[in-house]
Order: sequence, then C-alpha cells, then structure tokens
Amino acid sequence: MSLQEFLQFVFAGITSGSVYALTALGFTLIYNATGIINFAQGEFVMLGGLAAVSLHSGGAPLALAAIGAVAVVTVVGLLFELLAIRPLLNASILAQIIVTVGASLALRTAAMLVWGREAVALPAFTERAPLSVFGATVVAQTLWVLGVTALIVIALQVFYRRTMLGKAVRACAVNPMAARLLGIPYGRVVLLTFGASAAVAAAGGVLITPISFMSYSSGALIGLKGFAAAILGGLGSPAGAVAGGLTLGLLESLSVGLLPWSGTSGYKDAIAFLILLLVLFARPQGLLGQRSAQKV
Amino acid sequence: MALVVVLGLLLFAGLGCGGDETATDETTEDTAASTDTSAGETTDTSEAGDEVAAPTGEPIVFGALVSATGPAAALGEQERAALEMLEGQLNDRGGLLGRPVEIVIEDDQSNPNEAVTATNKLIQQDGAVAIIGGTISPSTLAMKPITAREGIPQVTMSAANAITDEPPIEWIWRTPPKDALAVARALTYVSEKLGITRIAVLHDENAFGSSGLAEIEKSAADYGLEVVAKESYRTDETDLTAPLTKIRSSEPEALVVWGTNPGPAVAAKNMDQLGMDIPYIGSHGIANMTFIDLAGDAAEGVVFPAGKMLIPESITDPAQKEVVDGFIAAFEEATGQRPNTFAGHAFDSVGLLVDAIERAGSTEPGDIQQALNETTGWAGPDGIFNYSETDHDGLEVGDLIMVRIEGGSWVLAE
Repeated sequence: MSLQEFLQFVFAGITSGSVYALTALGFTLIYNATGIINFAQGEFVMLGGLAAVSLHSGGAPLALAAIGAVAVVTVVGLLFELLAIRPLLNASILAQIIVTVGASLALRTAAMLVWGREAVALPAFTERAPLSVFGATVVAQTLWVLGVTALIVIALQVFYRRTMLGKAVRACAVNPMAARLLGIPYGRVVLLTFGASAAVAAAGGVLITPISFMSYSSGALIGLKGFAAAILGGLGSPAGAVAGGLTLGLLESLSVGLLPWSGTSGYKDAIAFLILLLVLFARPQGLLGQRSAQKV
Repeated sequence: MALVVVLGLLLFAGLGCGGDETATDETTEDTAASTDTSAGETTDTSEAGDEVAAPTGEPIVFGALVSATGPAAALGEQERAALEMLEGQLNDRGGLLGRPVEIVIEDDQSNPNEAVTATNKLIQQDGAVAIIGGTISPSTLAMKPITAREGIPQVTMSAANAITDEPPIEWIWRTPPKDALAVARALTYVSEKLGITRIAVLHDENAFGSSGLAEIEKSAADYGLEVVAKESYRTDETDLTAPLTKIRSSEPEALVVWGTNPGPAVAAKNMDQLGMDIPYIGSHGIANMTFIDLAGDAAEGVVFPAGKMLIPESITDPAQKEVVDGFIAAFEEATGQRPNTFAGHAFDSVGLLVDAIERAGSTEPGDIQQALNETTGWAGPDGIFNYSETDHDGLEVGDLIMVRIEGGSWVLAE
C-alpha cells in the first residue's frame, strides 16, 4: 500500500471518527449527571441536521440556520426531560433508560412525518477544494467537525473541573441522594444536562450533514456508533469520548484498507466491534475511563 | 453497569436493524421516482361524445393491496391514487364485460403480515376475481402462496427477482422491470457504449444492493466484463472514501454503484473528493430528483438505467407514447401531481387484467390465467408486455433506457 492510500484510509477514519466522537460527547454529558444512557442521542443528532436544512432552505443564512437548529433541538431536549424523564426521576435508572428507547422511536417517527423519508443536504461551511496531503484528500468540513469537537471538549473539561456547578453535576451522578442532601437542586441539574446534551448532539448533526446528508433514519446508526465510541473511550470522560470516536473510526477504515482481499468493507463493523470487545475485556473502564472502586 | 452496556448494545443493534429493513423495502421498489406512463385502454374516457351504456349487474371486484402508510408510503400513495382514478375511468366508459368494476384497496402498512390478512380478506370476503399488489417485494412474496393456493391471478407491482424466479409462478405476473433486467441494461451500456472490461462494484448491504451485486457477478462474463473489486456500505454510512480508495487500488475502468439514496450520493461526492474520474454507473434506485439534489455537482455525468417514463420523449413506439401521454394527463388532472413510476405500475396492473378479461370474455380464474399468458404487445408505462406460460415478467432490456445527468436534469445517454 502506498503512503497516499494509507493516509487516505486514516483521513477516512478521522472523518467518520469525528462524527462518532461528537455523538459520544452527548452520551457522556447525560451519563455524567444521571447515570442514564440516553438512547435517543442519535435522534437529537438527526433532528439537528434536519432542522438546520429546513431553516436554511427557508431562507436563513447558514450560520443562523445552524444556531437556530441547535436552539430548537435544545428545547426538544428540555421538553424530553420534563415530559419523559422527570416523572421517573425516583424510579430505577433502568426504567429511565428504557424511556429513552421509546423516545428515540417516537422522535424518529415524528421526524418521518415532518420531513418525509428522503435524505436532505446542507452546503459545506467553507466552500473550497479538498485539502491534499501527499495526494490523500480530506474535505474542509471534517476540520470544522474536529475543531468544534475540540472546543466542546475543552469547555466541558473546564466546566466539570473548575466550576461549582460542574462539580455539582458530577456529584449528582456519584450519589443523587447525597447530592440532594447537600442542597444541590438535582432536578434542575438533570434538566440542564439534557438541554446541554441535546445542544451538543444538534451541533454534531448540523456539522455532519454537509458530509453525509441526513434523513429521519440516520440517527440509528450514528447513535449506535456514538454509544460504542463512548463505551470504548470510557463512559463519563469527555476526552475519552473523543479518543473512543476517533479510534472506532480508524479501526473501521483501516480494517477495510489493511485487509488485502476485496469485499472486506462488509465486515468492518464486525471487526471494529470485535476489537471493541477485546479492549473492554482488558480495560473494562474504557480507554480513558476511571476505575471505580465498588464495594461487593 | 456491565449489564446496562450489554443491554444497550442489544437494543441499539435492534434499532439499527429496524432502520435497515425500512431501507430495504424502499430500495427494492425504489426503481425510479419519476414521471411517465400510459394509459392503456382506459384513457380515451373523456371524449365521450358517444353514449356509453351504463354498466349493470354484479360488479367485477379487483382486490388491490398497496403500502399506503408505513415506510413504503412514498411508493404506495400514488399507486392508490392511480387505482382510484382507474376505477372511475373504467366505469365511465361502460365497465368491463358490461358490468361495473370495483377496486377494493387495502393498506398493508408496509408490513408483510398485514398483507397476508388483507389478501385473505380480499379473496374470501370481497370475492376478488384478481389481486393487484403488493407495493413492496416482502409483501408480494407473502401473498404469493395464498393466490397460488386459491388459484387467483395476482399482478404484482414489486421488483425482486425471486417473485418470478422461484416457483410457483402459475398465478403471479409482474409489471415493473425486475432487478435483473436493470443490471442487464447497465452492463450492456458498459460493454457496448463504454467498450471497457474492468469494472468495480460498490453496493448497499441491504437486499436491493446485494441482489444487484449477485446479478452483476453472475452475468458480467456474458458481457465480457471482469469485476476487479467489490465493496459494500450501509445505507446511512457517513463517508465512503475508505471503500473507494480500496476500489481505486484495483484500477477499474468504471464503477457500478448499486443502492438507493443517500449512499450513492455520498459515493459521488467522495469520488469527486478523491479525484476519481472513471465513469459512474448507478442503479435504477437513483432515478429520482433526490439523488441530484443531494449530490449536486458530483451528480453530473452519472449514468443509470430507468424506465422510459423518466424521459417520455424517449418512447418510440406510437401506441405506447399515446398511452403514456394519456395517463400522465389524466393523472395530473385527477390528482394535481405528476405520476411517478409506481403510479405507472398500478396502471399497468389494472390495464393488463382488463385486457385479459376482455379477451377471455370471462372472469373465471382459469380463463384470466390463460388470457394473461397470451398477452402480446400490450403497451403501458413500464414497457411493452409479452407474457407467456414461462415468462411472467413480460418486459425486455429494450424497455429500459440509459439516462445521463446533465445540468441537474436527465438526458438520454445513448
């Protein structure tokens, strides 16, 4: 394999991986505050992309459409918490997780009714020819995805480590009862988290629509890969989510590229998930997750 | 925690599959959302200067099964509209054999299980003399054993090869070009028009894409072609530069992409990004404006097979032209919409049955069966039909055209 081909596989992995990373961040946010895994996360990504396309085709400039879409989906996230999660706040985590599964189906069906079944596109944020490195190419939009992902990770790290509210959020995940006893408004923290997570997911949806288009059903695959990335990186760690996403993307594209015979692209999911399982056997806490001491 | 993770993976895997099935259904049928068609015998309705005797007696019942709701609704909606319109047209011009015609339409909600229930109901309760449908191949395959057992003629509007490749076929006929025909049309173009020998295939992993690959591999040698690389992708894949890079290393002279949106549009954009300038041959799954909207400039120069309805001017047969123009005009008047491929399938289904019953002069299943098998040169939107006892597909490669995308629109490629 030539250097050009190898680099092209790496770029392909980074392109897909950056999408997975951004989705994994949304999982991390909610898990950090509540211990819930939100299976509607991929649907928030899908809603962000579709909302941006609608706003843009309705005449809004691209930047405004992007911000508007994030705002709309944030409201959806807040409503989701108030209507679906809030009534179950005192039930088991498992019950809350199952509610998110139902919500994902409901959101997908609603999106099909609103936007129809066809995929839609959004123009690239920067109109320019693909960047070329030793003959391998990458589109500018991928750099947008990576850049925004980096910004979000830095903002989250600062928030969790340096602010009182961030520490309160983390406390809620560790022990909701104790957090409440200490005067942390648990309900409001959960609400805030769902809003923020929906916003991050929507931003992801807006950013990737120029690369991969968006349809009502796109959320399922993105959600699955984002979830796997979050687990791989270590649930709860923003930096881990990014590491997990990029690792998963690279695993997929290199498994296509490095296996010599033809037709291996059909097995890339299987190969990637096999490696994911092996990693979790060796490091159950994920790549960057913290091992939690648990009394047995 | 571990339990939750495992549960999660399982759930997600389930969700993923759900999505896939949906895509598959759509794909199988998504032959060509376009425009065209005909109006066999039912068209010359409105010129009724002559007095037509009003039909009398017991109505002749056709049972139709469409996917008017659910994932395949985009396909079934116009089929239902066309069936409703045709029922009115038939009765306005005096019915069939002097009797009124009633088309009872059931909706399977894009679900083969519902199709089974509805088919039984149409035959047992409504007394249908023939069944039209279904919209999607899984439904058709579920209905087929019932009509075969009951001995009731069924004219399907779906395209999967298995419908007429696997026995029993005594009681089932088809209106859309089957998937193998589209492959044959595309490969003919590649070998004769492009005059090359080395092709690569990039296909969707769903039923539509993988049956396309199987058909291409089976028949490539007949066209003097060698498949030097084959890669696959999932319908909602975000980026296809990895499989394309791998394909490029095998140095094919043309790339055949078999799938439905959005995958083929991602592939077109990624080929631009990689600077791959070999010809892009698509499937009939991209014979719709969605592909052009998604791929934008990258769609330019893409060539694919489609029914002649996509470019009505391409119809050379005068009888077919008249039928198609008449159907387009009548459908536009009735619904305000341009008829797509699927409306055309509905038109052909009704038209072929009416033609057979008129020739048979009877509505006995055995007589309709024999008359359908004797259908020769019947022209409709999908092409010119010639059924026989062994050929229940009726169409040939010449009923499809190769279309090139130029300036965001469709032109004949040859």
